[in-house]
Formats: sequence, C-alpha cells, structure tokens
Amino acid sequence: MTQQAEIHFDRVTKWFPAQNEGAEPFRAVDGLSLDITRGEMVALLGKTGCGKSTTFNLIAGLLEPSEGVVRVQGLDPFSNFNDLRGKIAVVFQNDRLLPWRTAIGNVELGLEMLNKTATERREVAQFWLSRLGLSGHERDFPHALSGGMRQRVSIARAFATDASILLCDEPFSSLDEITGQRLREEFASLVRENGKTAVFITHSINEALQIGQRVVVMTRPARIAYDVRLGGDAKSAQEEIRSRIQDVLAA
Amino acid sequence: MITRSALMRLAQVLAPFVLLAVLWQIASFNFPKYLFPSLVDVFTHIVAIFSSWTLFSEVLATVGRITAGLIGAFVGGAMIAALMFRYRAVDRFLTPILNFFQGIPALSWVVFAIIWFHGTEARIFFIMTVTSLPAFTFQVLDALRGMSKDLVEMVMSLRPTRVKMLRAMILPAILPDILTAWKVNLGNASRVVVVAELVGATGGIGYELLQQQQVFDMAGALAWTLQLVFFVLITQRVIAFIEQRAFRYRAVSERAL
Repeated sequence: MTQQAEIHFDRVTKWFPAQNEGAEPFRAVDGLSLDITRGEMVALLGKTGCGKSTTFNLIAGLLEPSEGVVRVQGLDPFSNFNDLRGKIAVVFQNDRLLPWRTAIGNVELGLEMLNKTATERREVAQFWLSRLGLSGHERDFPHALSGGMRQRVSIARAFATDASILLCDEPFSSLDEITGQRLREEFASLVRENGKTAVFITHSINEALQIGQRVVVMTRPARIAYDVRLGGDAKSAQEEIRSRIQDVLAA
Repeated sequence: MITRSALMRLAQVLAPFVLLAVLWQIASFNFPKYLFPSLVDVFTHIVAIFSSWTLFSEVLATVGRITAGLIGAFVGGAMIAALMFRYRAVDRFLTPILNFFQGIPALSWVVFAIIWFHGTEARIFFIMTVTSLPAFTFQVLDALRGMSKDLVEMVMSLRPTRVKMLRAMILPAILPDILTAWKVNLGNASRVVVVAELVGATGGIGYELLQQQQVFDMAGALAWTLQLVFFVLITQRVIAFIEQRAFRYRAVSERAL
C-alpha cells in the first residue's frame, strides 16, 4: 500500500453464489489491485456488467471481499463499517431520495447520522441546496422535482456530510445530455474546491476524460486493463488516450 | 364554506344508508316488531346506551378488549416478523406454524380459551391476540420485504445506528402497510370480540347481544351492534386522518385509474 493511499485494493476478488441450481458462482472482481491517493479524482471506466458497481460497493463497505484486502483510510470498510461514518459519501446512479422526506429533509439525512443539532443540520442543508441552485425548493417532496433537481438534491446530500471521500456510481447517466453535462461540470468543480477524493464510476469515455484526473479502465471480471493519469491539456494526448481506451474496451 | 362538490360527496356517502333505513322502516310497518322493529325504537335504545354509564361501560369494555388484543397481536406479530425477516431459519420454522394457526377458526380459539384460562379478560385477550397475530405477522413481514433495496442501501451507505435506521428508513417505509393491516384487522377483531364475549364473557357488547337474543329484542340487538359499527367507523376515520397527514408526500395523478 502506498503511504498516502486513501483507498487501497490488494488482489481483491469477489464471488457471488450461483442464483440458480446448476449455475456456476459468478466472479465479479478478479484480483483487483488499486491505490487511490488523497485528493485524486479517479474515473473507473468499463463496459456494463464489468464489476464497476461491485468495486464501488466494496469501497462503500456494502460488500465483503471474497479474497484480498480493501482498506479505506487504513480501515476495512466492511468490518469497520461504523468507524467510517461521515468519511464516505455516496452519489448513486439514480437519486435514491426518500420519498417521505422533503428536499431539505433528504439533505439532512446524512447529518442526522452524525448527530448534528437540528439548527446545524438545517443551516448546512440550506447552504448546499442553495449552492446547487435549489433555493425555494426546500419544502418540495421528491415527486414534485425534476430528474435533474432530484439528482442535485442527492449531490447536496453527499456534500453536506463533508466526507473526505466521494463515491459516485454513474450519477448523471439517467439525465438528458445538457443537464448531465452541466451537473458534471458543477460536480467536478465542487470536488476540486472542497479537496475531496472522488471515485467516479462511468461507462462513458467522454465522461471519464472530462471528470477524471486519472482514468482506470476495467475489463470483465473487474481487473485493471489500463490506468492513465490525464496530465496535459494537449488535444493530441487526449485523443491518443481515448483511442487507447477504445482499443482496451474493444479487446 | 361547504362547496357543492363536498355536498355531493356527502350525499353519495349517505345515500345508500338512507335507502337502507327507508327500506327497513317500510319493513317495520309490515312485519312484527321482533323481526323488523321501527328505527325509532332502535334510536331509543341507542340513546339509552349513551345515557346510562352502566350500559355505556359495556361498550367501552368491548372497545378496550379490541384495542388491547390488537395491540398485543401487533407488538407480538411485529417482533416475530422482524425475527423472520432477519433470520431465514426462523422464517422457515415459523411460517408453517403461523399458516396452521390461521386455519383454526376463531370459535375454536374461544373454546380453547375457556378451557385453558379462568379469568374472562385473560380469555378474551388471548382470543383477540391469537386470532390477529398471524395476519399482523405476515403483513409486517411483507412490508419489511417490500422495502426498496436501493433506498435501504442508500441509508446503509450513511452508516446509521440500528435506531437511526429504524427511524429514518424502516418505520416510514412500512408505515403505509402497517396502517392498512390495522384497518383490516380492526374489522376482523370487531367480529371476533363479539363471538368471544357471546360465549366467554359476562359483559361487553357480545354479552349484551346474547341478552337481547334471549328476550327476542331485535331493536336492542341492532342498537348494540351499531355501537360496534360506530367504533369501527370512528377508528377507520382516525386511521384515514393519520394516512392523510403522514402520506402527503405521495404523488397523485390527475387522471384517475
């Protein structure tokens, strides 16, 4: 493990038991080794079903690895589940807002888990909702908000806890192109401004290149096929990386 | 101010009852009193029940028995459901037993209770609890199983304590099903309590019904029955009010199904 690694995978494998009789157990992650340092914005890129979401759930501590070691800030996110409270925030593919809570109630959810006072919760939630352009919608229930607005609320919920690690599982894939593009830019600038470590899962090469400082391309079952840091802005370099990624994904 | 549409809705609710009352009153003119008594007689009995503490306390006794039995069944059922949800082995072990219990008629439980217990209240509490418990268990279990996996995972990702998980996710998610279960079981319990009191009690609406039957007083029997109906209707309205307040987050389509 590199010394500054915020997220560390060492030969991690994840098997899922067979769903039907006679079927083989399913290996979603295969000997994955990966280090992500503090403040890095990493895009995990791969085709649908390549184990990106399983990798994501392993980092979040929602799944236990079958083999190998996963560490987040030096702790096992599965067995030290509660010790990482408030340190990891997640933005899911769909907004996953609690339908019985208003927009502000949803943003306050993570802060409730951190035992913040009601006043503090309200202030922080209000700040993040207005930061994401949702002033005036605090009392709206999710069903009254558009898809883009709901996803903004879920981003506000993630930032409100001030977690140092942000995990994002294709959070803009269900939005239209223009809204997705705008939110992506806002999201990337918020991550940079707040010095977060972000792991961004995507199946879109454009999105990975736009948002990541580093792109990790995965093949099925989840294993690193290509790992590149996006240094310069030179268009030719970007095109070369894009072409390489396309070759890896096509292989 | 009462709007025209509100008046129309009220008229729609009242119309079938008015029709029933008119038909009954017509029948009372053509049949003997012990078959179809006049509604005036029934009303007089109802007023007498409300005016006499001795009589009204019989209504309260029945209401108390229904409430205690349902609370007992709900608490027991919810705890069993939580265990069945959490542990597959408990689920596999208890499901056949609960199904078996559901097949036992309420009247059989009344007989068992008379044999097993001495006190009236213990008998009725046992009957009310044991007849409602399997239904509550299955309803709460279904509600727990029906929780959105996505939402549960989202809340889990925030690493809540058990209490916070219960308060933020589980209770709000299963509340609609719990209220529906109460509405369904309330109707069943009001029927079972009458049977239990009819056979195994010395007071309450069921016991009073038995007294009316022995003197062939149909007006009295109706008046006592209506006490139970009033209770069920009032409780249903209270639950509907809670639903209206608690579930205002639900989206309503302008186009009806």
